[in-house]
Amino acid sequence: MEKPLTGNFRADGEAVSLSEYERSGGYQGLRKALLLTPAEVTELVKKSNLRGRGGAGFATGMKWSFVPMGKDAPHPKYLVANADEMEPGTFKDRALMERDPHQLIEGMIVAAYAIEADIGYIFLRGEYERSYECLARALAEAQASNYLGHNILGSGYRFEIHLHNSAGRYICGEETALLNALEGKRAHPRTKPPFPQVSGLWGKPTIVQNVETLCNVHHIVRQGVDWFRGLSKTADGGTKLYGVSGKVKRPGLWELPMGTPMREILEDHAGGMRDGLRFRGVLPGGASTDFLVEDHLDTPMDYDSVQKAGSRLGTGTMVVLDDQTCPVGMVWNLEHFFAQESCGWCTPCWSGLAWTEKILWAMEQGTGSTRDLETLKFQTKFLAPGNTFCAFAPGAVEPLQSALKYFAEDFRRHVDEHRCPWRR
Amino acid sequence: MTVATIFIDNAPREVNPKQNLLHVCLSLGYDLPYFCWHPALGSVGACRQCAVKQFRNEQDATGKIVMACMTPAAEGTRISIADPEVVAFRAGVIQGLMQNHPHDCPVCDEGGECHLQDMTVMTGHRQRVYSFGKRTFRNQYLGPLVNHEMNRCIQCQRCVRFYREYAGGHDLNAFHLRDSIFYGRHEDGVLESEFSGNLVEICPTGVFTDATLKHHYSRKWDLQMAPSICVHCGLGCNITAGERYGTLRRVVNRYNHEVNGYFLCDRGRFGYEFVESSLRIRHPLVDGKPATRSEALERFGAVLRKGAVIGVGSPRASLESNFALRALAGPDHFFAGVPDEESRLISAMVRILRDGPARSPSLDEVEHSDAVFVLGEDLTNVAPIMALRLRQSVRQAPMRLAAGLHIPEWLDHAVRETVQDAKGPLFIASPYATKLDDIATATYHASPDDLARLGFAIAHAIDATAPEVIALSPELETMAAKIAAALRGAQHPLVVAGASCRNRGVIEAAGQIAWALCKVGSPASLSFTMPECNSFGLALMEAPPLSEALRTVRSEPVSTLIVLENDLFRRAPANEVTSLLRGVQHLIVLDHLGNPTTDAAELVLPAGTFAESDGTLVNNEGRAQRFFQVLNPSTDVQESWRWLHEVSVAAGSKSMERWEDLDDLTATIAKEIAAFGALPKVAPPRSAVGKIAREPSRYSGRTAMLANISVHEPRPPQDPDSSLAFSMESGPGPVPSSLIPFFWAPGWNSVQAVNKFQSEIGGALRGGDPGVRLIEPSRESVWQYFSAIPPAFKSRSGEWLLIPVFHIFGSEELSRHAQGISQLLPRPYLALNPAEASLVGAKAGGRIKILIEDSQFELEIMLRADLPRGVAGLPAGLPPFDGIQLPLFCKLASVGTEFSARGVL
Repeated sequence: MEKPLTGNFRADGEAVSLSEYERSGGYQGLRKALLLTPAEVTELVKKSNLRGRGGAGFATGMKWSFVPMGKDAPHPKYLVANADEMEPGTFKDRALMERDPHQLIEGMIVAAYAIEADIGYIFLRGEYERSYECLARALAEAQASNYLGHNILGSGYRFEIHLHNSAGRYICGEETALLNALEGKRAHPRTKPPFPQVSGLWGKPTIVQNVETLCNVHHIVRQGVDWFRGLSKTADGGTKLYGVSGKVKRPGLWELPMGTPMREILEDHAGGMRDGLRFRGVLPGGASTDFLVEDHLDTPMDYDSVQKAGSRLGTGTMVVLDDQTCPVGMVWNLEHFFAQESCGWCTPCWSGLAWTEKILWAMEQGTGSTRDLETLKFQTKFLAPGNTFCAFAPGAVEPLQSALKYFAEDFRRHVDEHRCPWRR
Repeated sequence: MTVATIFIDNAPREVNPKQNLLHVCLSLGYDLPYFCWHPALGSVGACRQCAVKQFRNEQDATGKIVMACMTPAAEGTRISIADPEVVAFRAGVIQGLMQNHPHDCPVCDEGGECHLQDMTVMTGHRQRVYSFGKRTFRNQYLGPLVNHEMNRCIQCQRCVRFYREYAGGHDLNAFHLRDSIFYGRHEDGVLESEFSGNLVEICPTGVFTDATLKHHYSRKWDLQMAPSICVHCGLGCNITAGERYGTLRRVVNRYNHEVNGYFLCDRGRFGYEFVESSLRIRHPLVDGKPATRSEALERFGAVLRKGAVIGVGSPRASLESNFALRALAGPDHFFAGVPDEESRLISAMVRILRDGPARSPSLDEVEHSDAVFVLGEDLTNVAPIMALRLRQSVRQAPMRLAAGLHIPEWLDHAVRETVQDAKGPLFIASPYATKLDDIATATYHASPDDLARLGFAIAHAIDATAPEVIALSPELETMAAKIAAALRGAQHPLVVAGASCRNRGVIEAAGQIAWALCKVGSPASLSFTMPECNSFGLALMEAPPLSEALRTVRSEPVSTLIVLENDLFRRAPANEVTSLLRGVQHLIVLDHLGNPTTDAAELVLPAGTFAESDGTLVNNEGRAQRFFQVLNPSTDVQESWRWLHEVSVAAGSKSMERWEDLDDLTATIAKEIAAFGALPKVAPPRSAVGKIAREPSRYSGRTAMLANISVHEPRPPQDPDSSLAFSMESGPGPVPSSLIPFFWAPGWNSVQAVNKFQSEIGGALRGGDPGVRLIEPSRESVWQYFSAIPPAFKSRSGEWLLIPVFHIFGSEELSRHAQGISQLLPRPYLALNPAEASLVGAKAGGRIKILIEDSQFELEIMLRADLPRGVAGLPAGLPPFDGIQLPLFCKLASVGTEFSARGVL
């Protein structure tokens, strides 16, 4: 099985150097792209059915096609790699940046070329210190070898990349809050429309793209659309980095064909549950996705199938709940995180999550009431998409709303028994 | 305007498609609650309170919840306000907002005029379900004007949006996140913005409240209120003043689309406290001793019978009072109470506006200018609201960028994110750096003569037939060309100048630029600031200046000088005033605060301030606006014009008997002085309108407040001059816009009730905005370019040109006596360029000796690198230097040096 994204990883866990990267075909995608027109590159990506790996799954080529092109287009245009990986349970971009940093850089240059961007930013999660070091070194190497800078490889194209490590906050992963943060403003999301493709960083056309998405781009150019679509088990092209955390035998990260069934990932790759524990549920794509349960284990892990099952593929990194862990406690843990990270911009989010977290904590302490249960249900509807300013709060209540559905009995017991039944 | 048809709960309604749904719903009179949106600030979609249900078409029964403020009112849009799901959602938002909000309404200053209270009632949220603890904050000291109580905050973001994005302030910010954002300063301290008081009205609840009101608090519903006009600068912002128990309690903004819109400056909002200052004159004084009304009138009459009288009027007194004095003394013996130079400058400004083709714009038009040149003015300190309007004007040109991306103007953050730091052309040429410089395209700091030369050069660059400036430096030539090009290229160019530099060349140069623009076919506006609230009105009376009074006293037998609301010691050096006073046997002064002139008077009559008077002021636009009495006139205090009328009737003068009340008086003025022909139209006459209550219908204590004196409820005092009644009782019928005593509507207790009084939200008041323009540009092209261009300024060895430096707090005569503002006055200082300070051995914070004509003073030194060489600055209007008529040349020396006759340098 081909593993374009991780196939090059060194066994010792160190980052791939430029020479190693070049030996295995690195920067060939870029060389090939520079012989095409930007429109041709975008067209390839469109045909490849590459969808955004940050969680929303928006078609990448389509997104690029909204960028104003040609000589009347505003400049500078920007390409931003969203490397602010803060979704609880998610650690896929980190692996890509720490172990094969040139892959992101090459993907960025090709993507930038396609939209005629002038300046690139890598907006990196503040805590990812090792990623920072690896990327900084790789950027210097790429600059020295004329993959970046003026007249890249003699093509006349010019592009530079700045590495920015975030001051922190989950909301910076929201693409427009990210842009505000990059501009030095408070990181709250922006009004859409206008979309960043038209008016983004410093008011100029901007594409914000997840790290994993960008890492695919040059492979598509180099090896072709058919090859890329052939990697996948579904209509969405390519492979996908799937991760598993929780009480499984072998938590980890694997590059597998897009659409690999959940059961295969959990059982074949993660080795199934630890001895003595039973599977109860899983957050398929990080903390802000709905729980799926035993009945859903045969769902192919692709955007449409997971959505059909009632959740979202999200980042594709699963968090597993076992039968010895309190689901209310787990949800409290998640909602505590989300309540902490609400940017405070819109009322439903800052008020609803703070209240939700307090109720869940009260339930864990044995002081939750039936009225609290109703409030929890109310909040899951109140924080629905469209009611809030951005997608943060609707995502934040996804694990809660599904837990209330699948683990209703557990919530009930917390209220009726005035204690957490898992606490001894 | 194109009109779109939208459907609100299935009813077809015609709306403005350029607006959002919230704006059009409110304009149509629907009660749709909101917090983060503000008509002047636009939409950001933060609070989610104005949710409505939007349907795709007639068949769509499900619909989806959208925020009205974020959704365009596009043709065919179908929405429901009453849909149960969206009604429940809006109640949910209030529930969320109230989660942390304390239940302290009874002890909160905002209670009774709280937008949060109104919106909570509107949504129907009644029962608190939330049972957990509330987040709390430590409040900050923000200065003597604005009080901070953060626990009440609902995170609507309006305060920082107004303070930072709209008003350009830096020291108020949002800190932290989630449900505990803190809106305040990085540390305790006085808010730096000149517009900080607007936080009181911008904040939908009691986080920011009026700290001056706190010292003499009253609920809005307990205030007796009247429409009034701010007296603290020449812009004539409309205010609502409120009284309780016989004292003036506060001032809030009174919306006038053309003038002040939604905002006031801090001088205008907090200056009112001078009315209750300890210097207040409340009873007549005869020979320095308190006297009764009849004793005073008797003395006045006796003095009048002794011989000829001259009158000195005032630019801070109403047209009516000035006219009454003019009538008493006779037009030949009535003098404008302003220094000669100022009088000449203001006359020149009026003449330029009247005789030339350039029109004086309203402040709303100022805001919509797309290229501006400010010549010689420190607007933030002289005409603050004009500065605030100009802060918006620089957004006009870049706004076209957003329009090109189909981003509507009201989608505020989307526009700001697209426009970023792009600013339209604003050029500022001033004698020293001003606060507006931070948004200027380019600035030029020079002596007044050099500023005038730049102005003339710009006019020449616009129209080559305008006289050329000889020996202009190449840099200035380039700058003039650049400014000329920007003004010529604009759709609505504006030139702003005024009398602050006390330089005729500056004023003529500004006129020259505007005229040159008009000549080449550009619709240029020309706005002059005015030093005081009625400078323009007094100038239209065309009375001779102060020196003429002195000349008259010397050449004719004059026995009595009557001074109207004027401290002559601020108008001329003390020796000149003294010689004027020595020339007469009797000095009679009508004023409201004690000052050196009242101290010198034989008879002082207690004049009403704006709060105790009715009258008309003419603002810098040439707009006549009426103010009305707020306080019950049961004391000796009354309008100066009424005093003068009573005296002249008592003394048997025939000239004034024809008028008994305000309407008679304004009709008389209109008849006698052509410029004031429209005066009776400024507000409807008393006979034309039914009674209008000054007191809200919930006014409490009416029967109790005097019960300790008599249990019989007294008859309310009568107002002979206006339809406004000192009572809770109103007649039927709508209230004309010029007579709205306060903004209130059922369910709308806060100042945002103004929504219910506008023809369209953010537009004109129903029935038109108050005020009547008294001048329009001449239709005949009789004007000619000015040719007297001053030579370039040459600094003199050992001498400095002393110019006034303006301060929003301190430079104006009355507001400096307000209790809150008095804590913010600058100390007297002398400003000097650091490069020149060493010449006189001066260091920052040290002291310096200054010789002005024959007088010597010692002053603290302030180093200002922005001051031109050879120029020094003295704070304008600050005693004891307020009588010195700047600019003039002075000598400087280090403390301890003796000035010889020829100077020391």
